[in-house]
Amino acid sequence: MNASQTLIALWTLVLKEIKRFTRIWPQTLLPPSITMAMYFIIFGNLIGSRIGAMDGFTYMDFIVPGLIMMSVITNSYSNVASSFFSNKFQRSIEEMMVSPMPNWVILSGFIFGGMARGLGVGLIVTIVSLFFTRLTVEHPFLTVLVVVLTSALFSIGGFINALLANKFDDISIVPTFILTPLTYLGGVFYSISMLPDFWQGVSMLNPILYMVNVFRYGFLGVSDIPVGWALAAVLGFIVVLFIVALRMLERGKGIRS
Amino acid sequence: MAEPALSIRGLTKEYGNGFQALKGIDLDVQQGDFFALLGPNGAGKSTTLGVVCSLVQKTQGQVSVFGIDIDKDFSKAKYQIGVVPQEFNFNQFEKVLDIVLAQAGYYGMTRREALPRAEQLLTDLGLWDKRNGSARMLSGGMKRRLMIARALMHRPKLLILDEPTAGVDIELRRSMWEYMRRINRDEGTTIILTTHYLEEAESLCRNIAIINHGEIVRNTSVRELLTELSRETFLLDLAGPVSEPPVVEGFDIQRVEASQLSLVIHRGQRLNDVFGALTEQGLQVVSMRNRANRLEEMFVSMVEGSQNAIDQRAEQPQTREAQV
Repeated sequence: MNASQTLIALWTLVLKEIKRFTRIWPQTLLPPSITMAMYFIIFGNLIGSRIGAMDGFTYMDFIVPGLIMMSVITNSYSNVASSFFSNKFQRSIEEMMVSPMPNWVILSGFIFGGMARGLGVGLIVTIVSLFFTRLTVEHPFLTVLVVVLTSALFSIGGFINALLANKFDDISIVPTFILTPLTYLGGVFYSISMLPDFWQGVSMLNPILYMVNVFRYGFLGVSDIPVGWALAAVLGFIVVLFIVALRMLERGKGIRS
Repeated sequence: MAEPALSIRGLTKEYGNGFQALKGIDLDVQQGDFFALLGPNGAGKSTTLGVVCSLVQKTQGQVSVFGIDIDKDFSKAKYQIGVVPQEFNFNQFEKVLDIVLAQAGYYGMTRREALPRAEQLLTDLGLWDKRNGSARMLSGGMKRRLMIARALMHRPKLLILDEPTAGVDIELRRSMWEYMRRINRDEGTTIILTTHYLEEAESLCRNIAIINHGEIVRNTSVRELLTELSRETFLLDLAGPVSEPPVVEGFDIQRVEASQLSLVIHRGQRLNDVFGALTEQGLQVVSMRNRANRLEEMFVSMVEGSQNAIDQRAEQPQTREAQV
């Protein structure tokens, strides 16, 4: 395939993925906006007003970046996991495998599709949050950079999950038992400076903490951890997981006999 | 001489559990051919074709498509191949038009190129009216035709059809045959077909390979294969009933029903002799047909022959072991 054919193939796949999640918007775009609106009302307004300031900001202002990031993470991951697994299940993945599309294009197409949904939902949640607070963005470039990188990272994670999955249950195990606890314990609702030293140390092992904190730093200008280090870690994870996913795809793991 | 459309040498496939699906297949399909790959279930037909179109990873061997070695440039080889698989393998929730346009996109075709091609193919295959409907709403026959349209979007020179008419009614099957004949004749597309309908292979294909237990047991032209047919069984419908089968010396005649006989004709025997003898006995034959498709008789005898050979091979070591 020459460069222009490769681009057409990639765009075809990305567009197909975007069409998929917009076609089923009541399942993909609506629920996160309603759930997050509930979080804003209950935690931000009702309970938050009694909690007081967190790291010098109102509780609502503190949780908004974390909740946006939480939506981006879960939607990027679940979009790729369910779409790729569904392609495997219906065997429509064979349409791509018999075509001359390189494996990296197939992988990138699903990643960009996951990012489109993750970032789209992130934007919706951001718009919903404007009904509850006035958002200020201290470092716009950094904010966009970290949310894009995080979305890419979890899209790749969803892809690997779907490659390894044999049944639909297998693509819900990771989001339910790993992703959700790590997100909740990743400083979305509290500053880790509130924790005893030991639990602060344990929290530092949670990769989601870094993404949430850098994202919050972009909005509020405060972070529990060094921003540069966190960005480097996210980039490193993206490179490693992309290579792992590509190798698995080339070997035909779970899709070629 | 032009490169074969498909050339396979020493192709083996062994699965992780040790099962050897292909045991060193050699096969050539010439450009422009209409070729049948036949065999019982589990013989290795789909595995062979799966290797050619990258759905199955081979263990050993060499596969070339129009002279392009798939190990050296699979991407280039894939441009030459269109695949219609046995099972429906499209997203059932997508629109018909979106499915074929996406496939064109995967081959790098622009939408401007793809749209007229999609319109032509979907019209030819009677699906243009359904283009904006979800694929799951199509009937089984329409879904098969959708897969044919999808496989032809990028104008492949080699079309692989893995049981394309399975579960399709007779009328539709014949219209699909006509369509396949047309693209083979008018566009020069080489077609490889696997089918369980031997009438289909006999009607469409010029050359044939029979595969059983992962080995090619015969590879020849359909015409040559049929000349080797040593016996044929006919059903004769009589004008009136008979209580006993008539006796004609040298012929095996059985009574099937009150007014129907079966007649076995061996090579060298003449139907005229039987009809003459039956007329002398006052019996009128009003119609006649083959009891089974001619190729089917040949196919069954070959597969049985290959099975016997395998059984004999399997018995040999046991005999030796018993002697020890």
